[in-house]
Amino acid sequence: MGELKLMKGNEAVAEAAIRVGTDAYFGYPITPQSEIIEYLMAEKPHERTGMVVLQAESEVAAINMVYGAAGAGKKVMTSSSSPGISLKQEGISYMAGAELPCVLVNVVRGGPGLGTIQPSQADYFQSVKGGGHGDYKMIVLAPASVQEMYDFVETSYDLAFQYRTPVLILTDGVIGQMMEKVEVSEQKPRWTDEEIAKNTPWATFGKKKDRERNIITSLDLDSARMEQHNHHLMRKYEEIKEKEVRFEKINCEDADYLLVAYGSSARISQKAIDLCAEKGIKVGLLRPITLFPFPEKEINEMADKVKGILSVEMNAGQMVEDILLAVKGKVPVEHFGRMGGIIHSPQEVVEALEQKIIGG
Amino acid sequence: MTEEIIIAGFGGQGVLSMGKILAYSGIMQDQEVSWMPSYGPEMRGGTANVTVIISDERVSSPVLTEFDTAVILNQQSMDKFESTIKPGGYLLYDPNGISRHPERKDIKVFKIEGAKIAADLGNTKIFNMVVLGAYLKMRPIVKLENVILGLKKSLPERYHKLIPLNESAIKSGMESIEEVA
Repeated sequence: MGELKLMKGNEAVAEAAIRVGTDAYFGYPITPQSEIIEYLMAEKPHERTGMVVLQAESEVAAINMVYGAAGAGKKVMTSSSSPGISLKQEGISYMAGAELPCVLVNVVRGGPGLGTIQPSQADYFQSVKGGGHGDYKMIVLAPASVQEMYDFVETSYDLAFQYRTPVLILTDGVIGQMMEKVEVSEQKPRWTDEEIAKNTPWATFGKKKDRERNIITSLDLDSARMEQHNHHLMRKYEEIKEKEVRFEKINCEDADYLLVAYGSSARISQKAIDLCAEKGIKVGLLRPITLFPFPEKEINEMADKVKGILSVEMNAGQMVEDILLAVKGKVPVEHFGRMGGIIHSPQEVVEALEQKIIGG
Repeated sequence: MTEEIIIAGFGGQGVLSMGKILAYSGIMQDQEVSWMPSYGPEMRGGTANVTVIISDERVSSPVLTEFDTAVILNQQSMDKFESTIKPGGYLLYDPNGISRHPERKDIKVFKIEGAKIAADLGNTKIFNMVVLGAYLKMRPIVKLENVILGLKKSLPERYHKLIPLNESAIKSGMESIEEVA
């Protein structure tokens, strides 16, 4: 068993980044995720593994540094919070188009605009429906604990390189700021030049005379070729939908009602189903771990077993649309969630379930 | 066993670090823990609070609206959190700076002269450790030896020379707690 530490979610992401052998982190501070860059700066990972940590002059600069490093086959990441992630969208769309792997972290705060520094889940649409321009998707992982914040960094790199796509860790101020027990892994070395050449033969790591040059671009002015590229991307997303759905089910076996919630809302909902059990109401929780790909098949199957579904999210109702698509009208589906940085309590979730689903 | 605790007072009183040491102590005896601060544009002299959960099982919600135990260190926090203690729960407070004493009859109330004891010991910075000692006497959910191990884990090495001072502050707190009702 690895060493146990008490860490904030933000610190866990940063420590994991060092230990899995990240080559570079480029970022720009913003609450509630500034501990990521603070921790990386304090830890001086350059002395531990040679990892580069750089505070860029802006979010736009940071994401373009990520583009450059990823194009060279490096393991690279950036993090920000909602308004900063909006600034990065152009670069994220370019990376999806150029098929570059990278890890992005969004510690969501309330919006729109500068909004509030308190937690929110209002960036669901931005994360799973594109965010930037053009037909693209990225894999979105939603950790619900500090341990998952740590573990999902390596998972994200694995998926990013396997599918040559940006991967987003979507979390919020609750998970970012709270401390929990974390089992940390052994330090892994960064990839050597030989490993980069082997693992990313498409990258621009320096051309010898024995091969054609690699080109990293999202631009193709030939429409026929561009359409082929679009089809190629869509096939990739279909493969991801087929193979990479992750979720957790709690107390779903004989549930009469179902809560669907991710991240911090899933933790609150877990307490809510305990409170329901004390009242004699059988409620299960389905927690999507991947938001893209979404566990639509599993939710559709649950719709055959329960009388109604409540989507619990700290926003005005975003994931509920994907649940409605998955359920195909089999049972009533409603949304509950606080906004503006207010975190709903487990009791409020129970009341919403009673009013909107059980009594509705 | 699950203990859900709110610790609330002024920023600068060591509320967050007291919670952190308590959480680390839970880890030292193989329990599950969570530490959720109120974060935001806060400062020295403003209010600060932290929710700590120590449990034998996986912790569900780190955000709570009612608690088994409240540790209250200023009047604003008394006004805000006295009503959030579950019936049969515990309240520990420092009467220094409190103008309205607790009124609930369905909970157990204890007090600790933390600020005074810390001043008598000659170091007001150990105030939170005196309060932690009182808490541990009232709710012996973590063993003292695990608290000392937790201190070692949460303090940077250069401060380890201060652990005996912290330990004596914890013991003073344990000896000085008084049951009010």
